[in-house]
Amino acid sequence: MTRWFPDGMPQPMADSEAVPWWEAAAEHRLVVQRCTECAHTRLPPTPICPECRSEGSEWHEVSGRGEIYSYTVVHRPIALDQQVPFVIAVVALEGAGGVRMISNIVDADPDELSIGLALEVAWEDMSDDLAIPRFRIVR
Amino acid sequence: MTEPARRAHLVGVGETRYSKWGKIGDVTEHALACEAIKKAVADAGLSMDDVDGLASFAEDRNEAIFLAAELGLPELRFANMVWMPGGGGTCAAVSNATMAVETGQAEVVVVYRSLCQGQYFRFGQGGPPRVAPPADAPPPTVQQASSMMLASIGFTMPYGLLNAAAAYALPTRRHMHLYGTTTEQLGMIAVTFREHASRNPRAVMGSRPMTLEDHQKAPMIADPHRLFDCCLESDGACAVVVTTAERARDLARRPVEVLSSAQGTPKGYAFGPFSNANVADEIYATGGCEAMAKRLYARAGVGPSDIDVAQIYDHFTGCVLMQLEDYGFCKRGEGGPFVESGALAWQGGSLPTNTHGGSLSEAYIHGLNHVVEAVRSLRGESTSQVEGAEVCLVTAGACVPSSALILGRR
Repeated sequence: MTRWFPDGMPQPMADSEAVPWWEAAAEHRLVVQRCTECAHTRLPPTPICPECRSEGSEWHEVSGRGEIYSYTVVHRPIALDQQVPFVIAVVALEGAGGVRMISNIVDADPDELSIGLALEVAWEDMSDDLAIPRFRIVR
Repeated sequence: MTEPARRAHLVGVGETRYSKWGKIGDVTEHALACEAIKKAVADAGLSMDDVDGLASFAEDRNEAIFLAAELGLPELRFANMVWMPGGGGTCAAVSNATMAVETGQAEVVVVYRSLCQGQYFRFGQGGPPRVAPPADAPPPTVQQASSMMLASIGFTMPYGLLNAAAAYALPTRRHMHLYGTTTEQLGMIAVTFREHASRNPRAVMGSRPMTLEDHQKAPMIADPHRLFDCCLESDGACAVVVTTAERARDLARRPVEVLSSAQGTPKGYAFGPFSNANVADEIYATGGCEAMAKRLYARAGVGPSDIDVAQIYDHFTGCVLMQLEDYGFCKRGEGGPFVESGALAWQGGSLPTNTHGGSLSEAYIHGLNHVVEAVRSLRGESTSQVEGAEVCLVTAGACVPSSALILGRR
């Protein structure tokens, strides 16, 4: 099981709307919230659809592929024993209605990064209960 | 329409000493706030007994009700706080003070900000703890979010997105991709403001000249942000006094009129690109202020070409560049060549900007020091004075919900 980040990274915080997202992640399923009325997709999870204001929503599993929308190479560590530099990216998810998420790009040389580059999800199991979706370059 | 006698004016400014963060430990943060407020009230030629309102903006530890007690205000008739994170609400706090005096809720409102980060915590503190966790620490899991804000940034923090330098790098990097903006162009902003600071005795970096080469050699923090693309972290306090035209007429200083004020948060924006990966594509690589800027200009009856001097919130150089586009000083995507032309320079620039040195070189007081400088520049008292300046734009933190002012002198 590959680990890229130490245990001391900030832990996710979720309210009851977001808990199902992290439960899916623990099973290595990447999901977005989709409105059952107008099919608008969104992330992070919210109680009502910002487009049609419906309360109805479902979890839509996406492929785990995407592309770099923007990124930064960070040279200061966040946690003890963390490797630097590390990459934070905005990932535009495929098949998610334009939804993007913040994540990391792992196993990459910062110099090979560019906006538009194709990515795929790389799950990091931080513990039995917690898996974090990071991304790697499709090679 | 406000009756002319009640039109809001800025009549006094005050500030304490400014220093590097953590360097002010001999007085409390609220004592520093009191000092700045006293100085601003004295500058206006008013008495503390005249003050009946206090206004501030997000994350203020120095609650108005306690300050009012400490300052001995006869009656606090207006106490107000802006719903915006960090420096985005600076100008909105002045705007709220303006509305209070124009509607007769209060007569004299002081807007204040005091920061002593060493006495509390450092903003964006995200570095590793000094002490290793115990060997029997529980394994990482999902924690209960205690607020809406934490539930939202629960989707960014696990990836290490904690520091502003990294967060604001994201829209800036995309701007570079879309328009070919360069790190040298970002550097020009930092170098220009440092030059302005060289004449300002209050500026923390006033005696530290910087060249473009220095900027390019500075350590990388979060690409494309090098050290000198990031604002200072400072201790200090400042304050601005707002009252009506009628009161302003007989006071010590030439009053500065609030020609217009506005705040703006685009649809779906939340905390902006700082934490929200889903800011609309057409505004992702902007400061998010374009719609607000149009309202601001329309209300003042002026346009970008009427702005004689600007005080632009400079948390990061890229955010300055994107705001210049938002506020119509150049077209979208042309911020790079615009700053490269020397446009922001006190001497010879078409838009002298941050004549005090800004947050990059004077001090980081959440941008209220930009309002102070705007007042000085319209009184003719800036250390980098733009001759005959009559109209000044002041902006608050961009790439988050923001606010702005247009100030003028008659």
